[in-house]
Amino acid sequence: MAISASENDIRKLQQKAAQLRHMLVDLVDSAGSSHIGGPLSACDIVTALFYRFMNFSRERADDQDRDRFVLSKGHNGDLLYCVFADMGFYSYEELLREFKKTGGRWGEHPNRLYNPGFECSTGSLGHGLPLALGMAMAAKLDKRNSRIYCLVGDGELQEGSNWEAIMCAAQHSFGNLVLIVDKNGAQGTHLVSDLCDDSNLAQRIEDFGWEVHTVQDGNDMFQICEALERLYADEGAVYGRPKCLILQTVKGKGVDFMEADPANWHAGSFRNGRLERAHGSIEVWLERELKKSAPMRHREMEG
Amino acid sequence: MAVVTRENDPAREMGSARFAANDMLFELARQNENVVVMTCDNSQEGTPLYRFSQEFGERFIDTGIAEQNTVGMAAGLALSGKKVFCQSFASFLATRAIEYIFLDAAYNHAPVVFMGTHSGVTAPVSGPTHFALMDIAYMRTMPNLTVIVPSDPCISAKVMAQSIQWPEPIYLRLPKGVEPLVYLGDVDVQIGKSILARPGKDVTLIGCGPMVYHCLCAAKRLAAEGVDARVIDMHTVKPIDKEAILCAARETKGIVTSEDHMITGGLGSAVAETVSADVVGGIRVPVIRLGIPDCFPGQCENAEEIYERCMCDKNAIYVAAKAILEGRSL
Repeated sequence: MAISASENDIRKLQQKAAQLRHMLVDLVDSAGSSHIGGPLSACDIVTALFYRFMNFSRERADDQDRDRFVLSKGHNGDLLYCVFADMGFYSYEELLREFKKTGGRWGEHPNRLYNPGFECSTGSLGHGLPLALGMAMAAKLDKRNSRIYCLVGDGELQEGSNWEAIMCAAQHSFGNLVLIVDKNGAQGTHLVSDLCDDSNLAQRIEDFGWEVHTVQDGNDMFQICEALERLYADEGAVYGRPKCLILQTVKGKGVDFMEADPANWHAGSFRNGRLERAHGSIEVWLERELKKSAPMRHREMEG
Repeated sequence: MAVVTRENDPAREMGSARFAANDMLFELARQNENVVVMTCDNSQEGTPLYRFSQEFGERFIDTGIAEQNTVGMAAGLALSGKKVFCQSFASFLATRAIEYIFLDAAYNHAPVVFMGTHSGVTAPVSGPTHFALMDIAYMRTMPNLTVIVPSDPCISAKVMAQSIQWPEPIYLRLPKGVEPLVYLGDVDVQIGKSILARPGKDVTLIGCGPMVYHCLCAAKRLAAEGVDARVIDMHTVKPIDKEAILCAARETKGIVTSEDHMITGGLGSAVAETVSADVVGGIRVPVIRLGIPDCFPGQCENAEEIYERCMCDKNAIYVAAKAILEGRSL
């Protein structure tokens, strides 16, 4: 399938993802320590959504027709804080000053009252998907064209409420709902497979009546964009089955020492010289991504 | 507005706060196209919610036996501008889905109206799994959440009507079936303001839900002995009407509370907290709290039998009031 994102578009998104990674690393360092492995694994899909696919911007943040993003894994709020700073909701300097500080507006988990850009306050796992279902139903009732994207972690899917929601969404054909699983394979203290084998996750969700797409490299911008475009390539898709995108990602993606030890980088700090190394590693990662040759279809489009 | 109560009504007319709330749902939905109603497998043919589904189609959703998802969805709908009425058994809605009410609705300021039905022991044959006896305690600890326990159909209907404009979530606690009507004619109902069901100067009886009628019956018996008991219908348990409680504490010799809920954490606790916090006023009055004691009350054919066995019924209220007036412990 030919996709509309040109190679140049993809390169810009890769650069944006690197910029957000640099911001994220400095943000975590400003607080001493914070969640970092998950935000880095989710960084590329979040970049693609906010900078290319979603009908959402600072100006449209209150528009009823906007697309909505629900961060079910609220402990990755730091990534979205950087996105919303970059989109102009507030300055990055304010964020650095107040993140996880006493009396500051930005905490470890997002609060929609104090943190512009968020649709809802999250933090306890297993809440985002039910909330997103409600938003999807409201959009359908109002005959609005908005789509609802909900980002969950793979460990989070151990919460039973997700499966209540997965059954309900299929029953009511919430085709405007996209469940995005950041399948980085590691949860708070363990590898996901150590606690609850989910190797057949795609099959499970498909068996519940969903349309499921797996992205083999969930940190590859070409593959992400292709998968996101495929979701609504068919105009009727919004009325069809709910969609699920399973992204095989790497926890800590872009920072070499985290990628090498993902189970230990759910949260952490950049003390002891790690900060410089992390920034350097992100640059190396970006160079490598930019040099990755585009799949044939992109090269054809570029002419 | 003068309040006329029915404890002297020989006809003992009955009514249902739950049916009245559901009747109001139809009116609200006809007036406001943003009204959405949700339930968890409670819309079989013949029920008010079934009729609602027939009239309003896609504005009704029965999400199945899945309270967590239902409450989360309700909050998501509300955050998208819908006025959501989410109805299920109080025991499951307010206990199983408690974190979803706490975070998705209360923390997120999502103005959902949670209608917890079959409250207290009003489904007496179902037994402890279906009793809702901790819900007031749970709900009243939540910021942003208003807790209402109507004693009479006119209160549940009026609260429903007012809830459309209410900016925060509400927990409306509704008994299963038909109960004795409390009021004759119209009553002024304001969320957060108690109703003086009977004026009195000797002792104060405060109830909510079905126990308001029991308080009135106890007051009638006390009146026959020359005791002038005040009866307060505390339909809003949170935010509680502190002024009415403190006036009662100042003007009468003590307070008896009764509720179809565990003694711990409910209406009685809220009243006692209010009285005990009155440092400046210097109030020193006894507060006797009646309700379900620290046990699992077993199944029963009739809720009244449980109230009697658990000693929170009209007789127990009478005995507690006498104890206060005679200055002895129960």
